[in-house]
Amino acid sequence: MDPARGAKLSTWLNDQRVRAAIYQILLTAFIAAVAALAIYNAVINMRARGIPTGFGFWNEVAGFDINLHLIRYTDLSTYGQAFWVGLFNTLLIAVICVPLATLLGFAIGVARLSPNWLLSRLAFVYTSVLRNTPLLLLLLFWYNAVLKSLPSPRQSISIGEVIFLNNRGLYLPMPVPTEQAVWFAGAVVTALIVAAGFHGWARWRQERTGAQAPVSAVVVAMIIGLPMIVSAAAGAPFAFNIAKLSGFNLKGGLQIIPELAALVVGLVVFTAAFIAEIVRAGLLAVPVGQSEAAAALGLHRGLMMKLIIIPQAMRLITPPLTSQYLNIVKNSSLAVFIGYPDLVQIFAGTVLNQTQAAVQVMAITMAVYLVISLAVALALNFFNARYALKER
Amino acid sequence: MSRIIASPDRDPFADAAIRFAGVHKWYGSFHVLKNINLTVGRGERIVICGPSGSGKSTLIRCVNRLEQHQRGSIVVDGVELTDDVIRIDEVRRDVGMVFQSFNLFPHLTILENCTLAPIWVRKMPRRDADELAIKLLTRVKIVDQAHKYPGQLSGGQQQRAAIARALCMTPRIMLFDEPTSSLDPEMVKEVLDTMTELAQEGMTMIVVTHEMGFARQVADRVVFMDAGEIVEMNAPAPFFDHPQHVRTKLFLSQILH
Amino acid sequence: MELLAYVREAPEPEDPPPTLTSGALAWARANLFSSPGSSLITIGFLALIVYLLPQLAAWATTRAVWSATDGAVCRQDQDGACWAFVIAKWDYLRFGSYPFAERWRVNVAEAIGAVLIVWLLWTNAPRRAWGALLFFVVYPVLAVILLRGSSLLGLPIVDSLLWGGVFVSLLTAAVGIVFSLPLGVLLALGRRSSLPIVRLMSVVFIEFVRGVPLITILFMANNLLPLFLPERWAPDRFLRPLAGIVMFSAAYMAEEVRGGLQSLGRGQYEAALALGLNYLRMMGLVILPQALTLVIPGILNNFIGLFMDTTLISAVGMTDFLEAMNNAIKDPVWAGPTIMVTGYVFAGIFYFSCCYGMARYSAHVERILAKGRN
Repeated sequence: MDPARGAKLSTWLNDQRVRAAIYQILLTAFIAAVAALAIYNAVINMRARGIPTGFGFWNEVAGFDINLHLIRYTDLSTYGQAFWVGLFNTLLIAVICVPLATLLGFAIGVARLSPNWLLSRLAFVYTSVLRNTPLLLLLLFWYNAVLKSLPSPRQSISIGEVIFLNNRGLYLPMPVPTEQAVWFAGAVVTALIVAAGFHGWARWRQERTGAQAPVSAVVVAMIIGLPMIVSAAAGAPFAFNIAKLSGFNLKGGLQIIPELAALVVGLVVFTAAFIAEIVRAGLLAVPVGQSEAAAALGLHRGLMMKLIIIPQAMRLITPPLTSQYLNIVKNSSLAVFIGYPDLVQIFAGTVLNQTQAAVQVMAITMAVYLVISLAVALALNFFNARYALKER
Repeated sequence: MSRIIASPDRDPFADAAIRFAGVHKWYGSFHVLKNINLTVGRGERIVICGPSGSGKSTLIRCVNRLEQHQRGSIVVDGVELTDDVIRIDEVRRDVGMVFQSFNLFPHLTILENCTLAPIWVRKMPRRDADELAIKLLTRVKIVDQAHKYPGQLSGGQQQRAAIARALCMTPRIMLFDEPTSSLDPEMVKEVLDTMTELAQEGMTMIVVTHEMGFARQVADRVVFMDAGEIVEMNAPAPFFDHPQHVRTKLFLSQILH
Repeated sequence: MELLAYVREAPEPEDPPPTLTSGALAWARANLFSSPGSSLITIGFLALIVYLLPQLAAWATTRAVWSATDGAVCRQDQDGACWAFVIAKWDYLRFGSYPFAERWRVNVAEAIGAVLIVWLLWTNAPRRAWGALLFFVVYPVLAVILLRGSSLLGLPIVDSLLWGGVFVSLLTAAVGIVFSLPLGVLLALGRRSSLPIVRLMSVVFIEFVRGVPLITILFMANNLLPLFLPERWAPDRFLRPLAGIVMFSAAYMAEEVRGGLQSLGRGQYEAALALGLNYLRMMGLVILPQALTLVIPGILNNFIGLFMDTTLISAVGMTDFLEAMNNAIKDPVWAGPTIMVTGYVFAGIFYFSCCYGMARYSAHVERILAKGRN
């Protein structure tokens, strides 16, 4: 080869951009080849074992029972409907656990910073123990050792003959709306509107005249007081359906199955320990000079927290906090171990076993969690962009 | 240039702004303030200097109860500082403080930094508070930054904003805790100029600083503290030109070379 | 008359602080009884502790049953822990159903692993690079041969169906870390790469794995891996969840390493490039050693989390320590309420001691590194 052409080829190969392109093309080709091989094998194996390759199973009758379903689910429901039941059960756990874990976590996080030595030490013990214990162990303990050891329905533990505890669950009185419930609902709505209005008016008045009004007290009194007064005047808004022993079981009332209770207790107690550490770190990260400057200006402790400390701490707390909320959703999948009918237990468990459509089922299940994760991540990004502290 | 004239038959401090009497403070078992006796007259400008660890920051932080003294009494504007929260809040309303690390509230604009306390503590309407803040920000020459956030300002601008924030509470006494120690050298002058203007308007000031030029120019009295006690105190000229105590001489020789 | 000028004559005496500001009484006043609310909290919790602690201690010690051959004694005497159960079942909890005659192999594998880990983690140990090489390359092969067996070496094959207990938990966690660390480093480098396709692939992998629960990864590995591979290569029942664990851990490891790479600052990259080092040399000699040292606490925390996550492999049929405990509790010879509670409490103590111990070590390392950096 003519040396000039050879030199040109080597300079071209040594060009960074050319190399980058070559590496990437090779990588893409490699991954494409592996993927193609995998798919090819999968199709062959699935055909050989008689595994369905489409989504036809979605409309086939499931034929299994689910002991907690928020939507209609009968013996004739399909696998697709079972999916929705499972999904709603997962979301139910999230909706219950997120507020509870947040409350408990904030309480313990603040307790960690308490000037009372005993309280802060106890909170420290709580977070240390729970962050180093597997969640599954907590769930198994609560489910097997505590809830399943409760007596049978015929020998239920009862509180005042209206609340019953046995190994089938916790039975609370189920509120059934009466005719007067309309008044109650109206009172609640009115109270909310008036409270919001009062808040707005108080703020307007402070802008104009500087005078402050006891907003929190009034709002709370309104939201609690008005519905109570209206109920007393118009009549009880709810009648209560109490569980009664019928045969070997209790019928009626609001039944909280032990699986749900164990999962909620375990998740809340576990996640609260992590949230407590996040809250503590966030509050500590606000420089001490901020509270000194606020004190020097004459702000008392309550105003100082509300106007200066908490707004700054929340900026630091929110990202890891949402990460913990996502963990609650992901950890709820441990329902598989105690039989709570969540998405994984129903769909990636029972449905997968019955239909053998592993690829489709897993793809759908993972897609659900990915969508939830993505949505939360986007919301967090939006929040960060809006509320980040502005720097040069 | 001292505006206090001493004469044997008149107590110039009958109307004292701050009176320390036999003040002691301990951190654990460390005796950080030893028998401090000091009176600051109204309109007087005191500069406190001394080596680090001498207790000078602790002393002025006792004035607005950011630190608590354990023995003796501190009377600020006729109000004695005790554990009484009402009294403490009263004192803090009338005493302004400027910190070494500015301590501006980063999540609020400069304007909001200045109007926060007038609105929530003095219960001013927003419009009046804004007016006051703009007036003071103009005085410290950063009114064009009013709607920016502290993170967007230079160090010197931030400290001047902090001065304006303290002034918005219309204090009768201003405390400065090493206000220029965190600043790059080229920004020290703008802050010192602001403080000099403030002094010329008659504000009672206690300034902890190493800036001896400022002390010479502005102070009525210079107080030298070392190891928790007041060692020497005098008008600036005699203090710098003819220090009496051996420790004062040592300190000045280290600072002024 | 008040003084305008003053010169100190004699130094002030150093007084001791007033009794109410130092000493035990002062401490109690400040920390336990500083306000009515605080005092109430102190009294309330003290009362609770005084009531509960002796009961718990008695349950665990004086009222416990320490030796028995079956559950009868524990069923009778339900006031205390049934440690006899744990003692009786300890072999099963350690080894699962691994054949008796071959258990020495497990012990040897664990002992070698322990030595290597101590070598790696002891901050002043000599020639740690050799230790790393042995641990990450030689030890996995050695361990597999020892545990599984090899007809070539005359070690009888022990099917992974029989493996169970503590050693499975340790093995899973160790494999997880050993393989996820290099993989995580690759992913982290890939994510920071300037080549768009490389970056895309890394991001997709990391975000996918971090966005789904570990259980689904394990299910996916368990059910899908046999489908994607040809029949002849059907992976062993233990290999599948291990692959899932490695994938999972690698994604989180990648984020830790990425944090370390980011915090290193551009100066190191620029200095290395200015010296003429190519990409591989720069990474291997300058960047990665520093970045990895920075994230050792993070890696250790990952390991703690991984150790707790190994409890999930019982969902795909492997018997880890917790599952072994579950099985042991179901033994009809030992059935009883206190047995169940004792079993779970013991498991809790086991996991807590391991994890808390590692957490303390991690904090210790963090302190040492912080000193070095300043």
